Amino acid sequence: MNPIDTSRRAFLGRTAAFAGVALAPGVLLYEFAAAREAGQEASAAVRWGMLVDTTRCASGCTACVDACNAEHGVPKASRPTDAQWIRKVELKDLRTGAVRSAPVMCQHCAEPPCVDVCPTGASFKRADGIVLVDRHTCIGCRYCMMACPYKARSFVHEPTTGQKTDTPRGKGCVESCNLCVHRVDRGEKPACVDACSAAGHRAIVFGDLNDPSSEIALRVRSVATSQLRADLRTDNGVRYQGL
Amino acid sequence: MRVMAAGLLALALAGAAWAGSRAPVLDAPRGEKCVEDAATMRRSHMDFLRHQRDETVHRGIRGARHSLAGCIECHANAKDGAVLGSPSHFCQGCHAYAAVKLDCFECHASRTRAAQAGRQARSP
Amino acid sequence: MAARPALAHSAPAWPTGPAPRGFTALAAAGAVVLALAVGAAHYMEERGHVVTGMGNEVVWGLPHVFAIFLIVAASGALNVASVGSVFGVAAYKRRAALSALLALALLVGGLLVLVLDLGRPERLVVAATHYNFRSIFAWNMILYNGFLAIVAGYVWVNLERRFASLATPVGILAFVWRIVLTTGTGSIFGFLVARQGYASGLVAPLFLAMSLAWGLAVFLLVQGALARWHGAPVPEAFRLRLRRLLGVFVATVAYLTAVLHLTNLYWAKQAAFERFILVDGTPYAFLFWAGWAGLGTAVPLVLVFHPRLRGPRATAMAALAVIAGAFAQLYVFIIGGQAFPLEIFPGYAASSDFRDGAIAPYVPSIPEALLGLGGLALSYLIVLAGARLFDVVAREGEAPCTDEAG
Repeated sequence: MNPIDTSRRAFLGRTAAFAGVALAPGVLLYEFAAAREAGQEASAAVRWGMLVDTTRCASGCTACVDACNAEHGVPKASRPTDAQWIRKVELKDLRTGAVRSAPVMCQHCAEPPCVDVCPTGASFKRADGIVLVDRHTCIGCRYCMMACPYKARSFVHEPTTGQKTDTPRGKGCVESCNLCVHRVDRGEKPACVDACSAAGHRAIVFGDLNDPSSEIALRVRSVATSQLRADLRTDNGVRYQGL
Repeated sequence: MRVMAAGLLALALAGAAWAGSRAPVLDAPRGEKCVEDAATMRRSHMDFLRHQRDETVHRGIRGARHSLAGCIECHANAKDGAVLGSPSHFCQGCHAYAAVKLDCFECHASRTRAAQAGRQARSP
Repeated sequence: MAARPALAHSAPAWPTGPAPRGFTALAAAGAVVLALAVGAAHYMEERGHVVTGMGNEVVWGLPHVFAIFLIVAASGALNVASVGSVFGVAAYKRRAALSALLALALLVGGLLVLVLDLGRPERLVVAATHYNFRSIFAWNMILYNGFLAIVAGYVWVNLERRFASLATPVGILAFVWRIVLTTGTGSIFGFLVARQGYASGLVAPLFLAMSLAWGLAVFLLVQGALARWHGAPVPEAFRLRLRRLLGVFVATVAYLTAVLHLTNLYWAKQAAFERFILVDGTPYAFLFWAGWAGLGTAVPLVLVFHPRLRGPRATAMAALAVIAGAFAQLYVFIIGGQAFPLEIFPGYAASSDFRDGAIAPYVPSIPEALLGLGGLALSYLIVLAGARLFDVVAREGEAPCTDEAG
């Protein structure tokens, strides 16, 4: 028997056993803003979400956008082919003239159209609600970009350089806001949330929608919030207040 | 016919010997030993990585032994913190020698976190 | 029936004798275009899609217009064979092999363009081994490959005398399969709830009607060209029958398109989109009215139903006009549907650095055009080779390749 095969099998067996042991407590505990231990998988008991308070969002401020670009190594966008994971949208109510500002990013839907349409399953929803693109499987067909109601996805149109360790990104694949999954897994908040707080607006709240005692759960229970294009019934993890 | 076969065999052996003497000299990694022994890694590192990437991306398992970022932290060049750039850089040197296309770094960072941040390239 | 007449199709169909005149030149021309297309695809892959006119709003551009035309026409090109095998009409049966060859050729050409336009075409193996069965796109991949296998089998049973009895069952399978396939292709768009231009159950039947019209138009052109080339003209009665059928199919497409747009016009929420497509979108409104409605529908209908325009030249021009209209309709549908901004905040005027609320610009680039033409070139080369290698040109006065039912 080839000695390499034996050691690979042993490794796989060890990993499976380890994962099995790590799974059991993870499923039972709520993981509100606490780092997951190494080797522990994402839990379906958690549903990560964000609440954007558009009454606090400052028109013209791009702190969230700049922070996202810096965190993920995405250059500032200027051309139609440049990727943008989050953008600030200026809104004017056509009937009343009221003006609002809001950041728009991947809405991390519970019923994501992008996940339904992806032919290879590269676009997927993690157990804890974060919608991601597995760039190992993405063939770059852009069908998910056709399907997304929020224009959340970008296609990488040219070779990338200077990638960040935690955000691999490359030519020919589709990408979008990943809710700073590397930070969330460490128990931190997404970069846009921290940047908005640092800029003094505190317009974005992040947390576990399934934890009734989390700040976000308390807020969405007490004030009127809405999902973008709620009529599409995609059940977005990102909610907006003041629209 | 037999002469041709013998000639081809001699050529192949000579080529192998020549190639063996030109095996790449790679940057010394830090630390005492790798997560697996060298022979295992030479044969199976791609399989370890392929398995681990699914675990990390789809199931969110972090801090595993076979993490690509982990490889780079130890095996990067001490000066520039990179695994690509010259025939002595760790990943490039071996892959160029073995003539296997390396497409991880079309997406993945090929430098240590410290090097990306502009700090000292790699811990000694 | 007593003795069977000798069938010209009974011999194995390897080329014998010299090639028809101009064969090498015709083949070389196609090969040059195909080579240019492959070069363009390589350029797009090396430099990334930044060298095309596509961006983050119009993600499917000119290559997709060509690809979808070829794929939809492929399914419709099989229609002649289906009428022969499924409905047992003798004149159609004679042309079953050509119809099937054309279907194969068009589909392969379309798939070439689709695959080479991928962001990562080298991951085709991944696409073939990882299936998300909720995705209509994944189902389409299965349907396309199945179609190729079934139609290849169908060509075979039509040309091999000893399998003649299988022609009808395989023909029925091919007929059903292609209806499912075209429904699937239309549903790629119809299932997109987010897009005002696509989200409709009517898109799948519209694509089915388009396949019938476009497939027949291509078949008429190819049949006519091959007949002239081999000196075996298409009989008048059969040509007139197909010509009338083309008119019926074009009218069906027009009906379904009209219903789609009229329904949209009735809904207040679709009003802005319809205004964009039908009135002020540039160049979409022009392409819709002049390209599809005028050249693609009115002109062929006149050429087909006017009692004085019965010659083969009028038929060929009608077919060409239908194809030109097809490209115009697809350009408006595919690209116009993406250029119109998504309505993320109904009731608000939105603006941003990411072109929210703005019409997306799109100018086709040369690599995209070359890639699309390469698909046409590949289909052309396959038909050329097939017509040279196999006896697909029907000659009159012969019994059909397959046994008649009665």
